[in-house]
Amino acid sequence: MEESSQGKGRKEEDLTRRAQRHRGEGAEKKTVAGRLICARKSVARQGELAQTTMQAAPTKETDLISRIVAGERELFHDLIRPYEKMVYLTVLSIVKNQADAEDGAQEAVINAYRHLNSFRAEAKFSTWLTMIAINEGRRRLRKAKGAAEDSIEELEEEKEGDYTPAPLTDWREIPLETLERKELREALREAVEELPDIYRQVFTLRDLEELNIEETARALGVNPGIVKVRLHRARIMLQKKLVPFLKTVAPARKGFFRRAP
Amino acid sequence: MKLECKHVWEYISEYIDGRVDPQVKEDIERHLEHCEICSATLDSTRNILILTADDRTFELPMGYSERLHERLKKEIESAEPDLKKK
Repeated sequence: MEESSQGKGRKEEDLTRRAQRHRGEGAEKKTVAGRLICARKSVARQGELAQTTMQAAPTKETDLISRIVAGERELFHDLIRPYEKMVYLTVLSIVKNQADAEDGAQEAVINAYRHLNSFRAEAKFSTWLTMIAINEGRRRLRKAKGAAEDSIEELEEEKEGDYTPAPLTDWREIPLETLERKELREALREAVEELPDIYRQVFTLRDLEELNIEETARALGVNPGIVKVRLHRARIMLQKKLVPFLKTVAPARKGFFRRAP
Repeated sequence: MKLECKHVWEYISEYIDGRVDPQVKEDIERHLEHCEICSATLDSTRNILILTADDRTFELPMGYSERLHERLKKEIESAEPDLKKK
């Protein structure tokens, strides 16, 4: 099974080379492994994730929007490009089906295009677009499932569960190579897919699309307190699911990197 | 205040987001200094978030972008032909 990155021109290095480069070397800033955190440094890195942002320069965006509304409609291609993935993943977090998510994402983008003149400059374009994507996802879900969706959500929220993480004693024993493995990313993808709907949606907006708590709350139409609770539970559920996986796949010998067949 | 592990776990998510009160933050950090289990648990949770943000974890279907812009192009051309600047 090969990495699916070929032909996409997005990743210049394959897994092996990335892993080799990290072996025995210090942290490499630009790569994921370089950003992964060792236990000892953790305290100093506090809050760093919260700083991450994917926003394009807002002035350029505002300028683009006014030009499009004024008639340069082809510029909408440029406006939407940075958000293509965000729209897709938002719809996917609701409909949970790739083909449906793609159709829904297209529909959401077309809707955004048609209603761009109703966009208010004081709002953030990314949040506005996310709301359109959520509405489209929900519309599709209702069509597929019937109208029972809301009551299902209420029930889910009240379910009490064990939201404590899996204690881990040997995280530092896990080589960076393991964290770079394709299997781990697949496991994470599956774990996110298996999260209950309300948790997956919050997790997707907050940690995948990097909206902040308030934006996530606004986009989903719930209050920020609910977002925090759901986010915490989602993260803990994922930690629990991935910890055993990390323990079992970690290669025994130091510096030994086994590539997937 | 001296925190127990289970209390630290309750704050993991907000701690990662930098949203805990300064006093709680201090208590958590004091606990982390001597508790390997909580340090490892916190790191694993945080690393999952970093992996989540890795572009290779959640990918778009092949050809998604091309199909999207093709559809958009049709929409732009059909909806308001008069507004196109030539």
